[in-house]
Amino acid sequence: MITITASHYNTKVAHSRAIAEPAWIRWLLIASALGFLGLFLFVPLAAVFTEALRKGIAVYLAAFKEPDALSAIWLTFTAAAIAVPLNLVFGVSAAWAIAKFDFKGKSVLITLIDLPFAVSPVIAGLVYVLIFGLQGWFGGWLSSHDYKVLFAVPGIVLATVFVTFPFVARELIPLMQAQGKEEEEAAIVLGASGWQMFWRVTLPNIKWGLLYGVILTNARAMGEFGAVSVVSGHIRGMTNTLPLHVEILYNEYNYVAAFACASLLAFLALVTLALKSLVEWQAARAVTTNE
Amino acid sequence: MNLTLKKPSVLPGFGPTLGYTIFYLSLIVLIPLSATFLKSTLFTWDQFWSAVTAPRVLASYRLSFGAALIGALINAFFGLLVAWVLVRYRFPGKRLIDALVDLPFALPTAVAGIALTAVYSTHGWIGSVIEPWGIKVAFTPLGVIVALTFIGLPFVVRTVQPVLEDLEAEAEEAAASLGASRLQTFWKVILPALWPALLTGFSLAFARAIGEYGSVIFIAGNMPMVSEITPLLIITKLEQYDYAGATSIAVVMLVVSFLLLLIINGLQWWSSHRYGR
Repeated sequence: MITITASHYNTKVAHSRAIAEPAWIRWLLIASALGFLGLFLFVPLAAVFTEALRKGIAVYLAAFKEPDALSAIWLTFTAAAIAVPLNLVFGVSAAWAIAKFDFKGKSVLITLIDLPFAVSPVIAGLVYVLIFGLQGWFGGWLSSHDYKVLFAVPGIVLATVFVTFPFVARELIPLMQAQGKEEEEAAIVLGASGWQMFWRVTLPNIKWGLLYGVILTNARAMGEFGAVSVVSGHIRGMTNTLPLHVEILYNEYNYVAAFACASLLAFLALVTLALKSLVEWQAARAVTTNE
Repeated sequence: MNLTLKKPSVLPGFGPTLGYTIFYLSLIVLIPLSATFLKSTLFTWDQFWSAVTAPRVLASYRLSFGAALIGALINAFFGLLVAWVLVRYRFPGKRLIDALVDLPFALPTAVAGIALTAVYSTHGWIGSVIEPWGIKVAFTPLGVIVALTFIGLPFVVRTVQPVLEDLEAEAEEAAASLGASRLQTFWKVILPALWPALLTGFSLAFARAIGEYGSVIFIAGNMPMVSEITPLLIITKLEQYDYAGATSIAVVMLVVSFLLLLIINGLQWWSSHRYGR
């Protein structure tokens, strides 16, 4: 859902005095909205950085020199680097079939793609425990072949793929449905091959929506906690992602280090939001130049 | 591929893309989820029933569903307010604040959890201010509500905002010219148009809050019968190797989630057919 802020609306409303609220109500509403956002968003966000820097910059930086922290950062990026391309390919493929063709059972398929959003992250982890755990379907076979999925990197990647599964598809399906199929049909009728059509017509049309979906997938992949927590086994330096490392440090009352690692994740979240706004802005510009 | 299932088209790639979609969906989502249901059929009905209705489990449902409901209601009210202010008014820093509304989507839940705990504990910035009034947030059920409000915050704003932007000023002007007060216009003209979006955002926030784990466990205190949420109970059972118990509770939560998903889809269908969005 790329929402394009209609700034023209504000000017339209401002000109019509009959439907504008008195100034004091306006400021009261703005103050209440900002007060609510302050209590629930801005103050906690500021607290992350303040707590992290409480004992000075040297202690802050020392938290990142820990080998366990470094390996957690590395694992977090690895899991995201595997999960994002997998779900990217799936998202494009699903959106192509769903948006460009009419077939029976389409709405059921869309609902099924949404399933991981409705499932608690803890249950997302649990399902893989039930399959790959020692009591699970493949548990015996895996342990006899000395191959670990659970409490190892493959389990973490699987859980990450599960929780980020719908993002790209969810962005692309409405976008590609809205764009219709005339341009692609024209390309095929004029003799383009399927791949030529995809690279030259489809991809340029969906690039902003695709990028938006990838940004959301990546943010969730790097930050996932519940699902990864169930399958990881919390082995330090081995199967700890950065969010799990934050939990361990926090539970050891090592608050400065916990908030230091948290501040890195918060920084990544802010970068995500900035990129997201940039993509929305670009997409809005692309729409206005096409019109 | 059964071609009678689909209408003819000159575009290529239907078979491979649909085939891959169904294959990948089955592999990652459908087979693992059905494993949970199949596992639960291995227990007797009595085992299942006593696992999902134990007093400690019932207390966790009350907290998870109750706190999620309160959080979603808070978000419905303030989400509408934030969306209204962002669409209708101009004030300094508006674009920055608009972008920051999505923070709960982007911020890892564990980070949100420790940040909220730091702010709302009795030594924290907000917790120390409200403590003299006898209000304790961190390590009480109130803390669970705070965390669930945080993670559901963007849903209502982001579903209501586009509808509010598309609302025609003419309808409001007509109401005003017919003598309606601003408040009457809001109740009788604006709110009915926002209703489906508001309800969708509310259900999304509610559904997300029920399953939430990361942001809650730090602030909740996790006392059995008092401040222990259902997802945490699943993990506790799992750590005690009580697979039957964990799976049974998970099945209950999955059924509730699926029902909510159906309701949300119905709501979205309703709003798109009623207002052509």
